[in-house]
Amino acid sequence: MSVKGAPHQDLAHDSAAKHVTGRADYTDDILESIGTLHAYLGLSEVAHGRITGMDLSEVLAAPGVVGVLTAADIPGANDISPTGTGDDPVFPAETVEFHGQPLFAVVAKSRDAARRAAARARVEIDPLPHVLDPIGAIEAGYPDVTAPLKLERGEVAAGLAGSAHRIKGRMAIGGQDHMYLEGHIAFAMPGEDEDVVVYSSTQHPSEAQHMVAHVLGVPSHSVVINVRRMGGGFGGKETQMNLFAAVAALAAKKWNRPVKIRPDRDQDMIATGKRHDFVADYEVGFDGEGRIEAVEGLFAARCGFSADLSGPVTDRALFHADNAYFYPHVRLRSRPMKTNTVSNTAFRGFGGPQGVIVAERMIEEIAYALGRDPLEIRKANFYRPGGDVTPYHQVVEDNILERIVGELEASSQYQARRQAILDDNAKGGILRRGIALTPVKFGISFTATWYNQAGALVHVYNDGSIMLNHGGTEMGQGLNIKVAQVVAEAFAVDIDRIKITRTTTEKVPNTSATAASSGSDLNGMAALDACEQIKARLVDFACEKWGVDATEVEFLPGRVKIGAEEIGFDDFIRQAYVARVQLSAAGFYKTPKIHWNRDKGQGRPFYYFAYGAACSEVSVDTLTGEYRVDRVDILHDVGRSLNPAVDRGQVEGGFIQGVGWLTSEELWWDGDGRLRTHAPSTYKIPLASDRPRIFNVALAEWSQNAERTIKRSKAVGEPPLMLGISVFEAISMAVASVADYRECPRLDAPATPERVLMAIERLRAER
Amino acid sequence: MAMVRREIRFLLNDDEMRLTEVGAGDTLLDFLRIGQRLTGTKEGCAEGDCGACTVLVGRLTDDGLRYEPVNACIRFLASLDGCHVVTVEHLRGVDGGLHPVQRAMVDHHGSQCGFCTPGIVMALYALWMQTPRPSETEIEIALQGNLCRCTGYAPIVRAALAAADHGGPEGDILVTERASVTAGLKALHDGTRVEVAHDGQRAILPADVDDFAAVYAAEPDATVVAGATDVGLWVTKSLRDIGPAIFIGHLDGLQRIEETADGLTIGAGASYSQAEAALIGAFPHLREYWHRIAGWQVRNMGTIGGNIANGSPIGDVPPVLIALGARVVLRHGAVRRELPLEAFFLDYGKQDRAPGEFVETVAVPRPNPATLHGAWKISKRRDEDISSVAAGFAVTVADGTISDARIAFGGMAGVPKRAEAAEAVLIGAPFDRESLARAAEALPQDFKPLSDWRASAEYRMRVAQNLFQRFWAEHGEAQQAELRRAEA
Repeated sequence: MSVKGAPHQDLAHDSAAKHVTGRADYTDDILESIGTLHAYLGLSEVAHGRITGMDLSEVLAAPGVVGVLTAADIPGANDISPTGTGDDPVFPAETVEFHGQPLFAVVAKSRDAARRAAARARVEIDPLPHVLDPIGAIEAGYPDVTAPLKLERGEVAAGLAGSAHRIKGRMAIGGQDHMYLEGHIAFAMPGEDEDVVVYSSTQHPSEAQHMVAHVLGVPSHSVVINVRRMGGGFGGKETQMNLFAAVAALAAKKWNRPVKIRPDRDQDMIATGKRHDFVADYEVGFDGEGRIEAVEGLFAARCGFSADLSGPVTDRALFHADNAYFYPHVRLRSRPMKTNTVSNTAFRGFGGPQGVIVAERMIEEIAYALGRDPLEIRKANFYRPGGDVTPYHQVVEDNILERIVGELEASSQYQARRQAILDDNAKGGILRRGIALTPVKFGISFTATWYNQAGALVHVYNDGSIMLNHGGTEMGQGLNIKVAQVVAEAFAVDIDRIKITRTTTEKVPNTSATAASSGSDLNGMAALDACEQIKARLVDFACEKWGVDATEVEFLPGRVKIGAEEIGFDDFIRQAYVARVQLSAAGFYKTPKIHWNRDKGQGRPFYYFAYGAACSEVSVDTLTGEYRVDRVDILHDVGRSLNPAVDRGQVEGGFIQGVGWLTSEELWWDGDGRLRTHAPSTYKIPLASDRPRIFNVALAEWSQNAERTIKRSKAVGEPPLMLGISVFEAISMAVASVADYRECPRLDAPATPERVLMAIERLRAER
Repeated sequence: MAMVRREIRFLLNDDEMRLTEVGAGDTLLDFLRIGQRLTGTKEGCAEGDCGACTVLVGRLTDDGLRYEPVNACIRFLASLDGCHVVTVEHLRGVDGGLHPVQRAMVDHHGSQCGFCTPGIVMALYALWMQTPRPSETEIEIALQGNLCRCTGYAPIVRAALAAADHGGPEGDILVTERASVTAGLKALHDGTRVEVAHDGQRAILPADVDDFAAVYAAEPDATVVAGATDVGLWVTKSLRDIGPAIFIGHLDGLQRIEETADGLTIGAGASYSQAEAALIGAFPHLREYWHRIAGWQVRNMGTIGGNIANGSPIGDVPPVLIALGARVVLRHGAVRRELPLEAFFLDYGKQDRAPGEFVETVAVPRPNPATLHGAWKISKRRDEDISSVAAGFAVTVADGTISDARIAFGGMAGVPKRAEAAEAVLIGAPFDRESLARAAEALPQDFKPLSDWRASAEYRMRVAQNLFQRFWAEHGEAQQAELRRAEA
């Protein structure tokens, strides 16, 4: 019999009852103390130029204004670049690098007063030429914003030359705004000495702590960052919160008052980074059976004005440009281009999705060229023994795609449905259908190897209640409940006994971002380590007091068996306390086996891979380009799930987010570099009516992680996003039907109704 | 002049509010979050698109007390006079625990980050009150105004399907307390004009339609606020001062919908939701179209007259009503005049409306049984999006020949506009594929659309032309040529 809330059980999110009643507190819900001030940003209205004058007198004269902050008011370093590249000022002193760049902050007695005052700034900027997109940047001789990467194996030139067939193509892949429902926010309270405490909606409290300290010019020990929960993150609050935490802390220290900063939705979308847009040029050589011989790929990314995380993001695009397929000869290069746009950042998948979709496009190209079912080509190229080395020289040891895809192909009745769709489309109606079954293989671990560490702090109080703290942050993904499940099992107590507390840099230092899908893997292990330490002390205590051997001490649900005697957990803990046993422990974990040499492009950057596949069917209106997702079947691998209900939620939600990225979510800049899709009125994420009516989602229950991860589970946050590619390829098939599938449609992402119709019209014109 | 009350009165959950310091642009959301510390209602976008701020507003109408979900972010505080505002904090089950909708959301894992959740709970609460056992289609329509970025919605839809398993509306607080709330609201209503101000920003609530006509004639520079789905954004996005503002959302006399032998007369103050049944009843081809206008919350707030009067080239109402031959009645003081709807739109940002004059009613003539209709909207996302192109088609066919054609487009010019060259091709032509193709070819004579973030000029023109083909496919060939909402 297991305890209530042990791993592998379906449990509701620990805050679910608070979510539905409105009692879950987010940063903006924290009670403001008397005297709280509000900051608001003033943004550049030029994409690139030199600041020649900044007249803020009207701002200062506005009602309720207390003061302004500019580059000159920063006592420490005017830099919040997360990787220490020094190219990301809080406020630029001389040069504006994108339309919407924050130039100053105004601090006032109310948020409304601050917003109104910010609009009164008179900033003079001498414009310089600007470049907005990666191809334009290459043509203009703009620099890489960070060092490019090359992955190479075999002889690509010879491989291509020796191939029976070769196809060259280019695909533009759009970016994506995170559109977390809770926008950025930070609320800082000044303390004594150099101290400041910041409540913030951040995925990376330690980095925010270090950045605030850096900007204030104080040691990290003076800064505390707290986050109870975020209203969504998706990568958008990994580094982008640094700006807001820094501004709130600067103002709080300057005026010695609590200061909150909460941009409105437009500012949030204009002034903070997004998923990188890419333009990928590819050439693929293959044989008459569709087996890939060689691949050459160049991935140019719109990185924005600063490096931010563009290095690891563009690296990960290359790491996933194989998706599930073996390339005997391969050369992949990245061009992380500087552009005069907001600095792009982490977003669920972290460059991986942009790599995967290019791999899937190449498969489609091959299938159309040979007149075959794309699924057949996919299967022909899966990694398998003898063809199991990735472009980065890691051997794929845990591949389960053949089984996943086989099971999904059967359960979704892919073959019969595809035939029915081909038959229907052949009737030539206005409404056409498409179906596609696409796989994903996603590498798990931060490619910055040192990030793969985590800490936890577990206290057992002398009444037997347990407080759990770890370095991960809760943004809705259910990390806290999963880690609590691990702790419940470790002590064999019901999960109700465990209090999950806010993440704070005071309890666990030097944490990594809750990112890269790694939250449960890392923090679950760290928490388990803390539990094991406390348990070891408890076992020693029991052995000593009861005169038994350690093998005779057993933690049973709610009680401890010592020799022949059973004692309730509370009582046992009470006795341990009286015997002066330390009932608190700091746990730690670092991922084993991984290593990566970026200069050589070789290593084992990933501890393991997570797998999945989706089969999507769509209908397309060939007169308007509108479409509807009719049915989706998913089979996804989360190893041995810590919480199947939570994991299924990640799969469903990630999938729909991926569909949004590839369909209706379009970032649109005008010629002046102004983002014109900067709120939900203009930027369209999926709605309830966009989800497929038939949506069969299953976890591969037979799977367990080949590596010794926490309870043999696998990471789940990011991989399902890429299953949305099946919708894109299904749309592509419906489009291709208007030219009897003779060619692979030229379709860029996102496949908005406009792009779909234009692809159809091009095919019709060529007919 | 009538008596003026200097106080806004409404019910907030269990409490009566009496406020004297209310500015024209003060929003309900800020009042709840900052003024009342009712922080369950969230701000996600402050433009009425995400639904995180959804609350219910109950109001006494001709049909009794009626609750509707609305967006608190763009709902002005002054407009709540005489209303019952219900926030998520008010919900409870009959046992004092979770409400059935909340219980179902927990059971079905309907929340992840939880930030959209209170708003979704409120929208589903409103749906459950109306339709305890909804179809998937009804759920999708009810959730058009709510964004969730985490779940992908499937668990939320499952929760909506299951909510009534945990109890029906009969025991709900808004049902059991209906009589006392009705009495409470009646006690607040004194039939006077209300005027309040804060920081010099005056808000005026006329006593009735005649009082509105008088006030507006006297203060022609005032901002008229009906549903605030547009004016709300002037405040939350553009930080504009809208005072003095005349609020007309409470004027029942402006919301009447009358069916006569000649057709349908719709009060300009009727919301999209209020007009829905009558319009779809008379013009069934508007069903799909109507449910693609905004989300439920905005359809409960936004008005037919407002969508016309603001003169937007991308309003959804004008193209389809122009095609139906609608006429508008404008009123200034006691003076009324009538003109064809298309004639109201003079140029981008310019309408045939004198200072102090307002749209009072819209009259839609009874359709000719020989007229074939089309009403189509093209947008980047199917629901709750602004049109790239909107079109209304009304083509009358007698003995195989087109005797009349009224075709109007939105999103194709600076105003909603008829496709006169295309109509001219059709009138007198045989009703066949060829005629419609020739009419489509004439369309560039009628329109020179713009490119923007919603669509390129090229796409707009192409899709508008292709709609002639759709019209033929649907009416000439009886082929389904549109992706309709799947029925449950």
